[in-house]
Parts: sequence; structure tokens; C-alpha cells
Amino acid sequence: MNLRKLGLAGIALAAAGTLALSGCAGGGGSTPSAGTGDTSAIILTNGSEPQNPLIPTATNEVGGGKILDAIFAGLVSYGADGSPVNDMAESIETTDSQNYTIKVKQGEKFSNGEEVNADSFINAWQDGALLSNGRLNSYFFEDIEGFSYDVDSPLTGLAKVDDYTFTVALSKPRSDFPLALGYSAYYPLPAAAFENGKVTDAFGENPIGNGPYKLASEGAWQHNVKIDLVTNPDYNGVRKAQNGGLTITFYATGDAAYADLLAGNVDVIDQIPDANYATFETDLEGRAINQPAAVFQSFTIPSDASAYSDPSAFQHWVGEEGKLRRQALSMAINREQITDVIFEGTRTPAKDFTSPTIAGWSDSLKGESVLEYNPDEAKKLWAQADAISPFTGSFQISYNADGGHQGWVDAVTNSVSNTLGIQASGNPIPTFAEARTQITGKTIKTAFRTGWQADYPSLFNFLGPLYATNASSNDGEYSNPAFDSLLNEGAATADLGAANEKFQEAQEILLQDLPAIPLWYSNVTGGYAAGVNNVQFGWNSVPLYYEITKG
Amino acid sequence: MSSDMTGAGATRSASHFVASVEDAPIDSVDAVKLDEKPSNLWIDAWRDLRTRPMFWISLGLILLILTVALLPTLFTQTDPRACDLANSLAGPGPGAPLGYTKQGCDIYSRIIDGTSTSLSVGLIVILLTTVTGVLFGALAGFFGGFVDTVFMRLGDIFFSIPYILAAVVIMSVFSENRNIVVIALAIGVFAWPTTARVLRSEVLRVKNADYIMAAEATGLSKMGILLKHVLPNSIAPVIVVTTLSLGAAITAEATLSFLGVGLPPQDYMSWGNEISAAQRDLRTDPQTLIYPSIALTLTVLSFILLGEALRDALDPKARALR
Amino acid sequence: MLYYIGRRLLQAIPVLLGTTFIIYFMVFAMPGDPLLGLFGDKAPNPALLARLQEQYALDQPFFVQYLNYLGNLVQGNFGISFSGQPVNDILARTFPVTLKLAVIAIFIEMVLALTIGLISGLRKGGIFDATALVVSLLLISVPIFVLCFVGQFFFAVQLGWFSPTVGSDTSFGKLLLPAIVLSLFVVATAIRLTRASVIETANADFVRTAYSKGLSRRRVVPVHILRNSLIPVTTQLGADFGLLIVGATVTEGIFNVPGVGNTLYQAVIRGERPTVVSFVTVMVLLYLVVNILIDLLYAVLDPRIRYVK
Repeated sequence: MNLRKLGLAGIALAAAGTLALSGCAGGGGSTPSAGTGDTSAIILTNGSEPQNPLIPTATNEVGGGKILDAIFAGLVSYGADGSPVNDMAESIETTDSQNYTIKVKQGEKFSNGEEVNADSFINAWQDGALLSNGRLNSYFFEDIEGFSYDVDSPLTGLAKVDDYTFTVALSKPRSDFPLALGYSAYYPLPAAAFENGKVTDAFGENPIGNGPYKLASEGAWQHNVKIDLVTNPDYNGVRKAQNGGLTITFYATGDAAYADLLAGNVDVIDQIPDANYATFETDLEGRAINQPAAVFQSFTIPSDASAYSDPSAFQHWVGEEGKLRRQALSMAINREQITDVIFEGTRTPAKDFTSPTIAGWSDSLKGESVLEYNPDEAKKLWAQADAISPFTGSFQISYNADGGHQGWVDAVTNSVSNTLGIQASGNPIPTFAEARTQITGKTIKTAFRTGWQADYPSLFNFLGPLYATNASSNDGEYSNPAFDSLLNEGAATADLGAANEKFQEAQEILLQDLPAIPLWYSNVTGGYAAGVNNVQFGWNSVPLYYEITKG
Repeated sequence: MSSDMTGAGATRSASHFVASVEDAPIDSVDAVKLDEKPSNLWIDAWRDLRTRPMFWISLGLILLILTVALLPTLFTQTDPRACDLANSLAGPGPGAPLGYTKQGCDIYSRIIDGTSTSLSVGLIVILLTTVTGVLFGALAGFFGGFVDTVFMRLGDIFFSIPYILAAVVIMSVFSENRNIVVIALAIGVFAWPTTARVLRSEVLRVKNADYIMAAEATGLSKMGILLKHVLPNSIAPVIVVTTLSLGAAITAEATLSFLGVGLPPQDYMSWGNEISAAQRDLRTDPQTLIYPSIALTLTVLSFILLGEALRDALDPKARALR
Repeated sequence: MLYYIGRRLLQAIPVLLGTTFIIYFMVFAMPGDPLLGLFGDKAPNPALLARLQEQYALDQPFFVQYLNYLGNLVQGNFGISFSGQPVNDILARTFPVTLKLAVIAIFIEMVLALTIGLISGLRKGGIFDATALVVSLLLISVPIFVLCFVGQFFFAVQLGWFSPTVGSDTSFGKLLLPAIVLSLFVVATAIRLTRASVIETANADFVRTAYSKGLSRRRVVPVHILRNSLIPVTTQLGADFGLLIVGATVTEGIFNVPGVGNTLYQAVIRGERPTVVSFVTVMVLLYLVVNILIDLLYAVLDPRIRYVK
């Protein structure tokens, strides 16, 4: 492990904290020694058809992300606990959390023989950030100087120093920037990916990477069926594969993948279908995985009613009355019971707005008790709110019906209805696209389901994009200057431990205001076949495939 | 005009023998019927029907189901919306003869309360598909030619539109005021071509039968022949398709609910909703799925039996054999 | 006969136009911006969204979009999916698989429907008839996911008689289980139709004539009764074929069949116009061909139905 200087000192600290928390031995860099498998064995696993060409900046969903993580290696990579470790980076240095100097390891190669150097990163990032390229992940570059959402504008903050060194100038201090660099949007690309200065879709069909695996052959991606990956012998980073390759079969449903695991047709799966929540731990006899993931689930009640086409729909949820009602609502939900009964223990009741897999997470923030089921207090607060202005109408939670949310929405609204004695129910919206249109178009008239999966393991990633004033995913139009300033202070603090303290203070404000009502953290559920060893799931819910052995 | 599916009628050259008036004096034929009460197919059918026990059993069942649908409070006083997770999947107990669902709701009262929604959706759908299907199928098969081409190609268009897509669109357009009629429309609009095709094929077969030729020879109008002779003789498969469609329509409503484009769950309760909500617990608690399925099966069964009895009664040849 | 087929194929053109128009309009009318769905729970920047709308030509008025699509279609170009793949490739990949599945399922359905329907019809009111009624009723009332689950979990995983999923190997053996499930899902109507038809035919004059000619039951049943009962059943099988091609969404999902149902459902949910419309277009074509074949079969089954010229 080669962590250096100020910027990464914070990360080292964070890593230590997480290690203590999860009680897990071994840093991200070391590979487990247990298990004596056949190093040429191909690991069979589940996945889903990538929705975009396999270009790192064009892929923002798990199906493609899983493949990209296997065939590419970024400047840093994450251990099982989310601790970052240098992968392609020799060093990442900063003195002010705003200007970074990045040295790339010499001698690393893409699988076509090209060298990984400073240009590999600069060119890939420039391509990903350019508006006219329409890359779905372009927002990852928004903090780099020169970035623009409105016009084609090169990232002037990127400068090449020599073949293996480049500097990054951010538009404002951001201490967790190095932590983010393991996300797939920041992966390097070989010169072969470009044509006329733009990454081609043809490259996305047969990508050439620098990661622990590579495509078995041209056309190894059989659309809707599977992709065959083999170990990349040229990779010398921290994720050296202990097996011979990876075959990712695309499943349309979790049921199919689970049946294949039981029948011995697949080695590892990272998704248990909800019809088997009750039985998978007995079915799999100790080969089941069920642990919290970096996924936070909530529902949001708009904070600024006037931003919506029908402000009267939220008239009881603003101001002092709204604050009381939000707290009452939160205390009227029996999270323990719902995660136990509806989810069979595959969700963990929320204690904050982030996730237990993130360094700095705490289950004892001030005001956390608002997330505990407390029917008496809930009724009391509700009555206080009624004294300000009597409640009219009913309470509804909108959700996209194509996502399997009905069960918990019904349970939550029943819990609310039973505790507060008001009418409460779910409001299904047929498709995800339509739900998002109503939410971003501000035409929605009810509370709505919200969720967040972190892109990189940082508290800030759960807070900044969702609750900062005018932030990109601030769906409820929440705005609180005190929260904003704590967030900015945290982001500018070089020491990540100190930064996290600021973030936790900011969260305590959220626990008062409840712009979203936290529900639970999704668990990653999975399992593996007998004879398969060293199965460990990463912080982002994906198995660390390179460690797995079999035979 | 060369017609495309008119069949033998247009080109048939074999002449049919019709006895001359001298050989069969009119009065001697009519004399037989003079002292009998006037009768027709439907009166005959009713006479036959009322002697069949199956008819009365199925009718009784249907009446019972209708009563449940119209007066659910006669059968349960429990509020089907009073759900408590503490009772999740609990077995039968006082006030809950069939036990509880995953959400901790009383299964029995939910089935009782869902009857009217499910039954209405099913009945409106089959009404819609049968009326449209019979109209289009009969005219297409009987008249052939241009009518046939237009109607059947129209049917092809409707049939080939993916049902899920259509339902999602229709129900989304009506997202503010979804009700039973809208959902029945969404299901029925794309289901009638099957009925039409089945009837058309049967009409094609029947219209070449000798008794139709005979009717033509008596000078009966085209429409008269269609209504009096062709339709009653080709309706049997339609009855089969229709009675089974009732069940299919009720389950289709379940699928729509499952996709989130069904009836708003806060306003309507339905068997379909219960069935699709219970699918997750199939392995551990199949009873939550079995009970609403039984209600559905019983309903479909009673309509099928009624259809069978009706079909037999309408078929003079089957009647003669009894 | 050739003239008849030619005419029918010509008629396919207005049907295709009508269907593509309705479908295109429907997907267009679907509420919600399909591109917003691409970003998950993260709201995209408006400028990026506008850029993408331009890229997929979603910013054009309806008729411009539709006519563009038609123009490409005439040249055999079905467009590009959101994932950047030519829709032609997706079609070429998925249709053969689903077609194979549907053919196997229809064959099983036909065998079951004819055998069970014939016996039920001939022994009307007997034990076999009653059992067949109850079983087909259960099949009608049970949603398909239950059939899939029982098939997959008990017969494939626990008993090991079949492969639980299909995946890359779409051989007959792998497709058999989903085909059986699919056929069970649609077989009830076909059984009841066969039975009704057989009962009716068994009472027909020509059957009595055949018996009175002294023909044996072994000859009368297949040649006279069965053949003359086939018309409504054949029609139903044709309709089921169309249904199986597009309606196998759930089954294809649970058994992981890389076919049409699954891909089409995803495309519908994601609002991908070119993909949805292209799939439906090919489906309509297939369906029309099957219907022409069935109409021709009528003439084989019943010599009194003939095609002019």
C-alpha cells in the first residue's frame, strides 16, 4: 500500500475506521490466501445486459458497470470495505484539496499492448465531459475547471506534466476527490478507442481495457446472453485475478439466476429474488450473503411546496406544522417490523441518511430517535400539528410500479394509517421514466419513493447531490443554509475524519428537517455454490471476482 | 366480383334438389304444425334447459356470486383494509376464517370485497369482446369478400399490438380516473379479434351446410339466414371462448395491477390484486394465493357450466340424442 | 391459390402501416420522458438531456419522427436502440429463439388439446371429461408465474428433469420446459374448443351416415369426427401462436430465454420507440403469414371451403 501525503492521509484514516467497524482483516491491497483453487478455473456469475456501449463514461447502470470494473482499472480501487488503494496511480498528491498532482504507475499496459499513461486518463476524461458527446456520466467531471453543462468546453483544469504525470485543478476544494477516482467514469482509455478525437461506439462493443480481465475474444459480448472474460496477464495492479476468467451470464430476472445457482449452473450470484428472501439462507446452507450495502432508501415529501404545480398538495408539510408532521410520520413507521416481515431481514433499518458501509457512518447521531418507531410520540406530534392547522385529505406515497415496491409501500402506509388514524396508501406510477418525469417536472402531488446508491464510498456522496440547495438530485427542493455551509466546510476539509464530523453535524440538521424520511439500507443478498471459495462482496454490492477461487 | 373467402357458394355448380310443390303439397306439410304452439330455437332451448340439473346448479352458483358482489356486508363485517403486520401470514383465527395475508390483512374479507370488482371487470370484458367479436366475425365470415378483408385485417391490427404496451398506454392516459370500465376497455379492445376469428371460421364451415342452402331456397333474406340459421349453428365455439375469457379477463386485471396500471389499490380490491401480491410467498405460504384462486376458479366454473348447458340446449341434434 | 396468397400478402401492407402508426403513436403518447429513465434516481442536467433528445431525434414532432422511421424501414433499416445497437441485429438475435419456443409450445398444445379434447368430447359427461374440465379450469385460473415457478423449482431444480434456465444454449432440450409451461398456459381454451367441436361433429349427419355405412369407430373418429372438428381449434392455435410470440414476457424472463417477449417488454417500459415498433412490425408480418397458412388449412380440412381461382 502506497498512500502518500496529505490528500490520502485522510483516506488512510477513513480506511482504518472502516476496518475497525466491519471487523474485517486485510487492507484493500492484500489478497486473501485461504483457498487453494484451480487458477485457470472460469468463474460463472450473473449479470444483466449492459444498457449502453461499454464505454466507462457512458455506463451508469450495474449491468455494464460490473463488466467495466472487471476489464478496466482506475487510479485507485476499493477493497471489500470501501477502503481505497492505489491501482494505476503511483501517487495522488495535494496540498489544498483543490489542486491535485497525479502520477501514473509506469509499465502498466492495455490489453492491446498500449501503455497506460497520463494521456490515457486526460483523453478519456475530456471525451467524457464534452457536452456534445452526451455521456451519461459527464457530471463526474463537473468539479474540474473548464467543465460546462451548456456548451462544449474542454476541461482546462487537466494538464499533462510529463508522460506519466498530470495535474487536476478543481473549481472548488473537494477533499474526497481522490476517493471518487475509483469510480468507472474515471477509467483510462487507450488511443485505439478514439476516432477523430471521440470514443467510438464500436470500441464499446469490443472494449480494450487495463484491468484484471479482458474480453476472451473479439465478439465475446453475446448480446442478451453473456460475456466471456479471461484473465489479463498484463495486469499488475492490486486486483490480480486468482482464477482463469469470468463468464457473466445475463439474466432478465433474479428468479432465473437463483434457479441456476441451486441447480449448480452458476458459481456466484449477487441478487436473490424477493420470492426467496424467506428461504435462501436455508437453501444455501451457509453460502448465503446478506449484508448492508451502500444503498439508502427513503421517501421524499417536497420541502418547497411553491416549486410544484399543485402547492396545495403539500400545504400541511411545510413550515413548523410540516416539521411536526414529518417527525410524527417518521415515528409512525415500524421499520424493524417491516424490514423483518416484508423484507425477511434483507434490509437494515436506517439510522441516518447514508450507509453503514461508508467510513464515518454513525448509528447514534443527535436526533436519531426520530427514526425509531414511537406511536405515542407520533400521535402527540401529529396532534400538535393539527393544533396549528387540522390535517385534510390523505397521505400517499408514489412509486414506480415496475420496480417491485408495492409490498413495502403498502406496509409503510398501513403502519402510518394504523398509528396516526389517517388515510394512507400507495400510488403506483406505471414506469420509472414516468415517475421521474413527474418528479423532475414538479407535477407530482404526493410524497414519492427516493433512493440513492453511492458511486464512491463517501458520506458526502450521500448528502451533497441530494440535499444541498439546488443540487442535481435534490428532488424535494430542500434548502437550508446551515446545512449547506456545514457541507461546504466538510468538503473543503482535507482531513477526512474531520470532514466527516462536519458531515455528521450536517446530518443532524437533516434529522430535524426530514426533507426525506429515511427508511432502511438495502442489503446486498447473494450466494455461491459449494466448492467456490473466497467469495467477498465489495462495498458497492458487487462480488470481488478477482479473489474467487474454485475447484 | 371474385371474392376471397366466400367459398363454394359463388362457384358451386351442383344443383340442389328441392321437391316440387306437387310432390309435397304445402298444406300437408303445414298441417302437422297447425295445432302446435308456435315455437322457435330459443323456446325449444328454454324447454330443454329447465330440465337440466347442471343448469340450475350453475345458475345457483352465479346468483350466489352476484349476491356476494352486490351485498358484501352480508358475508363479512371485517374491514378488509384494516391490516396489521403483526398478523402477517398468521393462520385462521377468530374473525379471520382463512388467515391473514403478508400485509396482515384478513384474507376472507378481502376476497369477499374483491368479488364485485373482479366480476364486473370479467363481465364487461366478455360483453365487449363477444359483441364486437360476433358482429365482426359473423359479417366477415358470412359475406366474405371486401367485408371479410376489412374486418379481419382490422382484427389483425388489434391483435398484433402488444397487449402490455396498449394497456400501459391506455391506463396511463386515464391515470387520473381509472375505473372498472376503463380497465375492462383496456383489456377488451385487444381481445375481440380472437372471438371474431373463431366465429368466422365456424361461419365459413356452417354456411356451406345443406340446411343453409335449403333456407336460401325458401327465399329467406341474407340477414335472416345469418341470424336464424348460421349464427345459432356456429355459436358453440364462441360460448366456449367467452366463458373461458371470463377467467382470462379476471387474471388479466391481476397482471395489470402487477404492472402498476391496474385499478388504484386504495379504491378497489380485487382477486387479481390479491393473487399477484401473494406470488412472493408461493414457496412458504401458498394459501394466500390459493384462496383467491379458488374464488376465481369457482366463478369461471359456474359460467362454463352454464355455457355448456346453453350450448347443448341450443344444439337440436345434441338435444335429440338425450 | 397463388393469386389468393398474393392478394393476402398485398393486404399486409395497409395492416403494417396501420399497426406501425398505432404503435408509434402509442409509444409516443406514453407519459414520461424515456431519457429520464436512463439516469436512474439521479436527475440529469437539462443541457445534457436536450443533447440526448437531439441524438435520438426525440425532439422532433410526432409525424416527422414517424415518417423518418417509415423511410428507414422501407430501406430495411429498423433504427438504433438506446444501447447503440442496430435494431436489425436485435431482431435477428431474438426472433429465431422465440419462434422456436413458440413452435414447440404450439406443437405440445396441439397434441394435448386434440387428445384430451377428443376423448372428452367422445365420452362426454364421463370421469375423464370432468377431470379434464377441472384441470383446464385450474390452468386458466392460475397466473403464469405460478406455473413457471412450479415448473422451474420442482421439475428442474429439485427433480433435475429439465434445465432450469435456457441462456446461451437454445437447443430443443433446454427450451422444452418453458415450452411446456407456455402450452399449459394456453391449452385450456383449445381443449374446450376441441371438445365442443367434437361433440357437435359427432352428432352430425355425415357421422351417422359413416357409422351406418358400417365403417369402424377407428376410421370414423380420426377421419370423420376429428378432421371436421379441427377448424375452430386451428383458428385458436393460430391466435395462440401470435400470443406466444409477444406474450411470453414472464416465461422468457423466469427461464432466461433470450427472446422477443423479454426484450420487447424492456423496450416498452423504457419507451424505446424504434425497438418497440420494429418488433411489432416483424410480429405482425409473422402473424399475417400464420393466418394465411391457417386460412389455407381451412380448405384442406373442409373441402367445401375453397379459394376462388
